[in-house]
Amino acid sequence: MTPKEEILSGIRRALGRDPVDAATAAELRARLAAHRRNLIPARAAALDRRGRVDLFVAMAEEVQATVARIPSLAAVPDAVARYLSGENLPAELVAAPDPGLDAIPWQTRPLLRIRRGRAEASDAASLSPAFAAIAETGTLMLISGRGTPTTLNFLPDTHIVVLHEEQIVAAYEDAWDRLRAHAAASGGLPRTVNFITGPSRTADIEQRVELGAHGPRRLHILLVSGAENGENSENG
Amino acid sequence: MLAASRNFPANAAKGLADETLQRALAKAQTGFPLRRRLAVERLPEFEALREEGRAIKDHTLAHLDFYLELFEQKVVMAGGRVHWARTADEARALVLQICRSVGARIVAKGKSMIAEEIGLNEHLAAHGMTPVETDLGEYIIQLRREPPSHIIAPAIHLVKEQIADTFRAEHRNLARERPLDEARQLCDEAREVLRPRFLAADVGVTGANFLVAETGSSIIVTNEGNGDLAQTLPRVHIVLASLEKLVPSFEDAATLLRLLARSATGQEFSSYTTVSTGPRREGDLDGPEQYHVVLLDNGRSALLGGEFQDMLRCIRCAACLNHCPVYTAVGGHAYGWVYPGPMGAVLTPSLVGIAEAGHLPNASTFCGRCESVCPMKIPLPKMMRHWREREFAAGLAPRTVRTGLRVWAFLARRPALYHALAEIASRALGWMGGERGRFRSLPLAAGWTQVRDMPAPEGRSFHSLWAERRHKEPR
Amino acid sequence: MMAERPARVALFVTCLVDLFRPTIGFAAIKLLEEAGCTVAVPRAQTCCGQPAYNSGDRADAKAIARAVVEAFADYDYVVVPSGSCAGMIRVHYPQLFADDPALLPRVRALAERTYELVSFLVDVRGLERVTARWDRLVTYHDACSGLRELGVKEQPRRLLAAVAGLSLKELPGAELCCGFGGTFCVKYPAISDKMVGDKAADIAATGAGAVLAGDLGCLLNIAGKLCRQGRPIEVRHVAEVLADMTDGAPPIGASR
Repeated sequence: MTPKEEILSGIRRALGRDPVDAATAAELRARLAAHRRNLIPARAAALDRRGRVDLFVAMAEEVQATVARIPSLAAVPDAVARYLSGENLPAELVAAPDPGLDAIPWQTRPLLRIRRGRAEASDAASLSPAFAAIAETGTLMLISGRGTPTTLNFLPDTHIVVLHEEQIVAAYEDAWDRLRAHAAASGGLPRTVNFITGPSRTADIEQRVELGAHGPRRLHILLVSGAENGENSENG
Repeated sequence: MLAASRNFPANAAKGLADETLQRALAKAQTGFPLRRRLAVERLPEFEALREEGRAIKDHTLAHLDFYLELFEQKVVMAGGRVHWARTADEARALVLQICRSVGARIVAKGKSMIAEEIGLNEHLAAHGMTPVETDLGEYIIQLRREPPSHIIAPAIHLVKEQIADTFRAEHRNLARERPLDEARQLCDEAREVLRPRFLAADVGVTGANFLVAETGSSIIVTNEGNGDLAQTLPRVHIVLASLEKLVPSFEDAATLLRLLARSATGQEFSSYTTVSTGPRREGDLDGPEQYHVVLLDNGRSALLGGEFQDMLRCIRCAACLNHCPVYTAVGGHAYGWVYPGPMGAVLTPSLVGIAEAGHLPNASTFCGRCESVCPMKIPLPKMMRHWREREFAAGLAPRTVRTGLRVWAFLARRPALYHALAEIASRALGWMGGERGRFRSLPLAAGWTQVRDMPAPEGRSFHSLWAERRHKEPR
Repeated sequence: MMAERPARVALFVTCLVDLFRPTIGFAAIKLLEEAGCTVAVPRAQTCCGQPAYNSGDRADAKAIARAVVEAFADYDYVVVPSGSCAGMIRVHYPQLFADDPALLPRVRALAERTYELVSFLVDVRGLERVTARWDRLVTYHDACSGLRELGVKEQPRRLLAAVAGLSLKELPGAELCCGFGGTFCVKYPAISDKMVGDKAADIAATGAGAVLAGDLGCLLNIAGKLCRQGRPIEVRHVAEVLADMTDGAPPIGASR
């Protein structure tokens, strides 16, 4: 017997039964296909857009993310420049090559040095687009892809995320649904889905919370309220 | 990791006498329980979620073979591979083989209790590779050549000064006079030292908090971002996980995730909860080229269908450790293996044997605090009692205890004799206690009187007094 | 509003009360009678079997339990001045006999009728106040079994609030184990000592002149430690205070 066979037969022996029969297997598959939701906390149920946005911002700020509201992508270069200088950081960043960010008019802030691509160890600040966000806990959802390399989320010290209001859902389950739709449309799940709630932190030293353990010390969210939605980008 | 649980009494005594450890534990004792309580109070549905969590895991365990096979199918469909390991030896060999196949030299590690369980680091090092712990707590104890003392905060037994001393001793190329008094400075230094290791790593090994059967995904729950760097930068990502990490669907994972961070650290959600599915996709600019999942049995399947099955619901939040008066008194090292505290007291004997680990389920008052905070409603004291039953049945309990219990049971079933002896004993001890009303020392009770007085009985047994009273007052 | 129908209560004395402090048994009887119960004390009782049970000796535990089921068969209620012994009967007896279909129904019947003393007075008899006086600042330790197995938390506090002259200061860590744990305190004395030392320090820090609890095991442990430390804090079972019997016996471990 192969290790796999031995493990599986050990499981069946311990449970006192044969392999799952066809009817049960069909039931289990149906259960999965139904994507049945378990209990969702009231906090995240039945929120309208305003409610979702407000909850998201409140929860995100609670975990030391900062949020700046802007009307449209056109305001991104200003918001970025202001943020970086406000934090006394160099005016440069690496931005995701995602088409959803193509419309950002970087030329309005010519002193901002922008590179499109994945992050390298020397990058101090990055900009990436959110796929969704979950109001329940102020959590961003970012997915890997051709235009959204994961290193942008972890290597630099400062991470700026562009989030559109209409991307904010109430509960994790709503976010899964969006992910499944995206996967169906694009041939499969992404390699990485990052749920990000505030900057990197550790409490490993005397239970004192310090930000910026290995991931970014700063997480800044540019919350776009405009009519623009994310559908221009590959990452929907 | 070799078990040293049989030395629990001596190691516990060491822990109790260690002032620095006691200082560190005191900090932990107030922090985690308070934060958990605040998080739970904030979520009215918490109790209902515990019940759902239990149901999800029980359902998964009842169909574990089905979900494991489905998981493997999905991993393969996503371009990854699954390896099945019956034992720790097999798991070590599989990881080594994968590392060798890509000529790996540096292996970056995210925090993994399974890796500790199978002694992965020693194995890799013995075969010429360099395993590098990247979780701050794990990195610190790796430098100190110590085992972890807590399943989510491995360095909880240390105070700042000890960590600073270790950094000074091991990071020798940094400026001598640099200040390391603050946690901030220690963090910054660790980040600076570990960054190049992430970038140089050929393989990244992470654990998994959950494996999702529906999609063949693995989920890690972290705060630092080290697990993410470890699984994104190197060419190969290996996930090391035991069988019971399976959950059926994303929706099921969401329920358990709602319980996990709140129970562990009092956070609403961890800073990074990451879902990984297969290797990088075509056109991705980063990510590993290979994705492997090593599924470890190592005694898990043997727990199914038996009186310890509920232990397989554990999601490794460490709430039981944080709330255990024994753990917070002696620290994690006293338990002598990977898993300390109440969950360790139940799991360790099943993985290393009751003869080695007997002390662990015995060193409990059954106060029940662990069970009351367990998000998965695992009846920990009950299972510790089951271990005591097995010990007793195997004749492993000390002779004095077995004889004492026999005598007690003999008397307890003979009320007349019992009452006569109780009256004699209460008179004798009452008289011996004299006016002081207590004993500073008592033969056969040295364990008690070494550290506390023994109050003397009132001098008559209740039943004698009651019998007298009934004589005087006909009813 | 007290229940009107007189109840036939059997008192399960517990081995510790029997041997060490009968006063608690008499206080329990007084409280039960004042609450309109007729109280019997079945002579054939000895121990609930918990020492054997927690030591893994199921056989002896079951043998003792069978005797208890026998001795307490014919009463409306069984009341116990101890959360751990009440918990043993109420929660653990059914588990002990889970695979004994012949005996299980009788065991369940007994379990359902078994209560810890203060919980019985408040939850079943509807007692809301007592006529007792004790001029003290007291603090209260929540014994683990009573708290977590039987939900005893508010009831003693409610009744203590009605004791004239008594003020209660909550004990930080009231719900933390005192380190008694039956055989634990002699099997692992150093750890037990740490736990009772912490408990004694917490009690002393409240400034209270007395500490109360509902379990004599905890009380012997705590009193023993306070005495050894020379701390003049009175230790009594809550029943003694509620029954207004504090000028009878001296506090636990105190000079006579």
